[in-house]
Amino acid sequence: MKIFVPRDAAARAVGADKVAAAIAEEARRQGIAIVLVRTGSRGLFWLEPMVEVATPEGRIAFGPVAPRDVASLVAGRFDRNHPLCLGRPEEIGFLKRQTRVTFARCGIVDPLSLDDYRAHGGWRGLERARSLGAPKTLEEVVKSGLRGRGGAGFPTGIKWKTVADTAADRKYIVCNADEGDSGTYADRMIMEGDPFLLIEGMAIAGFAVGATKGYVYIRSEYPDAVRTMRRAVELSPVDGFEIEVRVGAGAYVCGEETSLLESLEGKRGEVRAKPPLPAHRGLFGKPTVINNLISLATVPSILADGADQYAALGTGRSRGTMPIQLAGNARYGGLFETAFGLTLGEIVDDIGGGTRSGRPVRAVQVGGPLGAYFPRALFDTPFDYEAFAAKDGLIGHGGVVVFDDSVDMAHQARFALEFCAIESCGKCTPCRIGSTRGVETMDKVMRGERPAANLALIADLCQTLKFGSLCALGGFTPYPVMSALEHFPEDFIRPRLDAAAD
Amino acid sequence: MAAWNEARAEEILRRHEDREGPLLPILHDVQAVFGCVPAEAVPFIAHALNLSRAEVHGVVSFYHDFRPEVAGRHVLKLCRAEACQSMKAEAVAQSVLDHFDLDWGGTTPDGRLTVEATYCLGLCACAPSAMLDGEPMARLTPDCVDDIVREIG
Repeated sequence: MKIFVPRDAAARAVGADKVAAAIAEEARRQGIAIVLVRTGSRGLFWLEPMVEVATPEGRIAFGPVAPRDVASLVAGRFDRNHPLCLGRPEEIGFLKRQTRVTFARCGIVDPLSLDDYRAHGGWRGLERARSLGAPKTLEEVVKSGLRGRGGAGFPTGIKWKTVADTAADRKYIVCNADEGDSGTYADRMIMEGDPFLLIEGMAIAGFAVGATKGYVYIRSEYPDAVRTMRRAVELSPVDGFEIEVRVGAGAYVCGEETSLLESLEGKRGEVRAKPPLPAHRGLFGKPTVINNLISLATVPSILADGADQYAALGTGRSRGTMPIQLAGNARYGGLFETAFGLTLGEIVDDIGGGTRSGRPVRAVQVGGPLGAYFPRALFDTPFDYEAFAAKDGLIGHGGVVVFDDSVDMAHQARFALEFCAIESCGKCTPCRIGSTRGVETMDKVMRGERPAANLALIADLCQTLKFGSLCALGGFTPYPVMSALEHFPEDFIRPRLDAAAD
Repeated sequence: MAAWNEARAEEILRRHEDREGPLLPILHDVQAVFGCVPAEAVPFIAHALNLSRAEVHGVVSFYHDFRPEVAGRHVLKLCRAEACQSMKAEAVAQSVLDHFDLDWGGTTPDGRLTVEATYCLGLCACAPSAMLDGEPMARLTPDCVDDIVREIG
């Protein structure tokens, strides 16, 4: 009997290791021969730990499984009449409605099994790239319409072409796996659940632009991902392209590409002014492709199945799929990969099922700590780069954090400024000083001190941050602040606190 | 954790001598061996890498992970970012801090536990979340204090 239990950090955080140990122990006690495979997660986190068992009709899922459920599951040989049985995972609505391209294997395979990787279509993209040659590979990536999944949305193929066209003795591929946005975990799931996919994507990038060395920069908050990725790199059969895993050190700003390059070089993670672009002078001054992990992990399927198939998905200038990550107070929190174009309301209400607390949804922050807060009134906004920009927001890395009606939006606006103050690299003045002044001013608003004048000062500060900062940390902090103010003004009207009582 | 000793530090430096831009990997290893980046490490590393002490100090002090002094025997990182906020992480944090009578970043007088803030562990669909000695915990409630006490003995 073959049984699958996730080893994904989120599944482990809710007891997957204890469940796996209990299954092994119970099977031994009952004298049943089992093979226990630790997979990544399917991304249906409200059902984790989700256990699957292989049957002649395909896999059958059970969840959420607690160690106390294991005895009855094993005694019944995981039969479909168990109250925790979910049926075939592919038939669960949340999974059935998805278009899984990048996450096709995640949660299904043993992440460190090369046999599994190949058996499930691995390496086809790299093989096709090599048979096409570098120039045609670049063309495929351009034609696919793939844009940077880190948030900036820059066309990946154009970035690669720039590096390919820049002459140098050495070039680098850098994977940005510094996934610091709250509400996002897609990079983590790939590294823990399908790490060879990233290796294949980086190898294709290296082949296309003429680079032989790649770095994966993983944040230190992801120790599981670091372990799995390091092991995958050791096991990798790819010739002619070397990958090194580097670990960050708790600086959010290192998710910004030039700051990440500084950090890789062993320096303070301070942002660089652009130009020069990293594509011309990047890591150690050499032409560098620096891409978000999801961008790189999407390239193998584009090459394997053709650019047209990928570009056929999506809407407007947002082609292909996006792994939307439902998080926070979502009833059905999880990863939902789908073609661009669903409305925010469909994502939050239909797919996410509203709130876990059962209270009404009041606000949704899309795109991480630098993303705007959306009220219900904007739930008709389609999920694509341009539509969100038109509403003074951003899709960022695809995180959607749901808040119920107990949220205090003045507190959220203050937090956005506080976070910017904590994480500012300090290189540019608007971000370094503006964020701290913003927190002080917001405190006055929240104490009811001259609210009109202080809110005007906040708006003015945000203007300076937006147009005067070197990078997106200072530049985008105004999105959560100003959206909270614009859409939830009632939360900023506070009774005047007595100074003595304060 | 080992006390500062140059032979151990020398070993770490040798392990990274073929690396490009080796300072962060060196500092991570130094902290893994000594529990912190001790003051003595700064001039030692600077000399070995042909950097100024100011440059090395600048890097050590820039990153939240590197600590100048050893932490408690157990380190609990509680997530304070938005996804966890939406699931009342602050109430969880308050119950933990109150129980151990700590402020953020503080260590219990017996050196058993340090509690730190972190901003996102990528466990956002199972919020609120935390990490105890590198092991993930999620769907926390204020009662999680009991589990933490049990874990740290």
